[in-house]
Amino acid sequence: MNTARQAWVILASRYLRELYRQPVVIFITLTQPVIWLLLFGELFKNVTEIPGFGGGNYATYLTPGVVIMTALFACSWTGMAYIDDMQTGVMDRFLTAPVGRGALTGAMLAYQAVITIIQSAIVIAMGWAIGATFPGGAAGIAALIAVAVLIALAMAGLSIWFALLTRQREALIGASTTLVMPLTFLSGAFLSLRLAPGWISAIARFNPVNWAASAGRTAVASHPAWATIGSYAGFLALALAATAVAATTAFRTYQRSA
Amino acid sequence: MSQGSAIVEAEGLRKTYKGDVHALDGLSFSVPAGRVFALLGPNGAGKTTTVRILTTLARPDGGSARVAGIDVLAHPGRVRSVIGAVSQHSSAVSLLTGRENLALQGKMHGLRGRALRRRVSELLEQFGLAEAAERPVRTYSGGMRRRLDVATVLVHRPAVLFLDEPTTGLDPEGRADLWAALTGLAGDNGTTILVTTHYLEEADQFAARVAIVDRGRVVADGTPDELKAGLRGDSVVLELADPGQVELAEKALAPVSEVRGVAADGTVLRARVADGPRALPAILAGLDASGVTARSVTVARPSLDDVYLHHAGRSFRNAEGIAIS
Repeated sequence: MNTARQAWVILASRYLRELYRQPVVIFITLTQPVIWLLLFGELFKNVTEIPGFGGGNYATYLTPGVVIMTALFACSWTGMAYIDDMQTGVMDRFLTAPVGRGALTGAMLAYQAVITIIQSAIVIAMGWAIGATFPGGAAGIAALIAVAVLIALAMAGLSIWFALLTRQREALIGASTTLVMPLTFLSGAFLSLRLAPGWISAIARFNPVNWAASAGRTAVASHPAWATIGSYAGFLALALAATAVAATTAFRTYQRSA
Repeated sequence: MSQGSAIVEAEGLRKTYKGDVHALDGLSFSVPAGRVFALLGPNGAGKTTTVRILTTLARPDGGSARVAGIDVLAHPGRVRSVIGAVSQHSSAVSLLTGRENLALQGKMHGLRGRALRRRVSELLEQFGLAEAAERPVRTYSGGMRRRLDVATVLVHRPAVLFLDEPTTGLDPEGRADLWAALTGLAGDNGTTILVTTHYLEEADQFAARVAIVDRGRVVADGTPDELKAGLRGDSVVLELADPGQVELAEKALAPVSEVRGVAADGTVLRARVADGPRALPAILAGLDASGVTARSVTVARPSLDDVYLHHAGRSFRNAEGIAIS
């Protein structure tokens, strides 16, 4: 309970205030996913006509994929804030204050969750505007946003963990760009995996990004298969727990070597 | 070494970094409560590592430490509630205002409501930041940031304040302001202040007690006066006209029987002697015989420079040069 209150203090009195002071960041955060959606929507418009895709409206197919991809991309940079804090005295200030390491990680993950929820809502609204339909209704949309948050936070935990271990901007940029693109394209985010080569669909089965994209798409479709969505969400929650614990314990490594 | 009223105690601290760098090699000292205490030493002597251990940011490989009676290794969380720590780099969140930075710190220490607002305003006033309180910290000057750093970690009225090289990078005015604030804190509030510095003059002028750190150990400690008095004797300070003659002058002074040691710093040589006025003729004769011309010669009471030279076996500036290169 105490950890939650401390995380709330750091979230509200630091991260959200910092965001509020950077209108440019707010603008980019809000417009970037829209660009993805419109660009991919136009580029792959006719892809649904390929035999085997299953037909339908590509905007409907694409929107959940862009929700997941946006969440993943944004959160892969989470560690950058930690590197900045380590290079100034800010990290040491937090580590010498009586707040738990779990609260530090928790505040950042909560912040990323807020961002992900807002971005997802914008993508969904924009997708609807270009013709996507969500037969799954409000519950489906809520489930889509929930899995987007899960994959986003799992990625954020990984990014924080990596940042605390390497403490190098260049290393994080390299790792992030190397990891995020393949993870996205080794999933059914943009194209039905029925059209992909066998080895790609084989890998995608173990790719958390694909779990999130599949669960999210199923949730907003008609007659959502809630059992399937639930099991994907469960696996995503496990991935999130693993990276969050790794991030929190990485503080100890940081302190041992600092 | 241990005293009844010691508020910070370090005992045999050891720390080795990768590559066999012995940052701390059995470092011990104790700090009496309510004073300014300086850890003085050249860069690389182990001061920062010591402060990081005492403020729970790093763990030693061996030894023990207590702050306000709390074991730092066993109860780091409890130590954090009673200390304030200012690191070498600014710890302010630069997009937030001065007031917001203070409020954030206060909330992390469990303050809230009117008590928090009052404490924040009080500190802004005390550190001359009231006018800049609503501006983002990134618009602050270096001196203002440093004052905010100190104010920030005082929000919960810590028993011990740690500052690692707080005056580095400040202009003379900024330094004077900061020292005035620090000595005021120790005097009025009885806050214990542990500061690291590589400025001999600062330690001499502002610290009630000094521990001299060299190569991961404390080689001497006491009040500046005690340390200087402990040397017994004087320094003969020679300023040479020609920088090229420094080595020649050192050679010329070595055989003079009154001279116990010589340290060079640029064109200034310091010769340790038992009795300045008595040794002077022999020193001048020695220089004269070697053809060295001095621009000025003064007899001085020992400085902390001499104390360092005596205990570390090398001059402070030379040690800094070695540590940096």
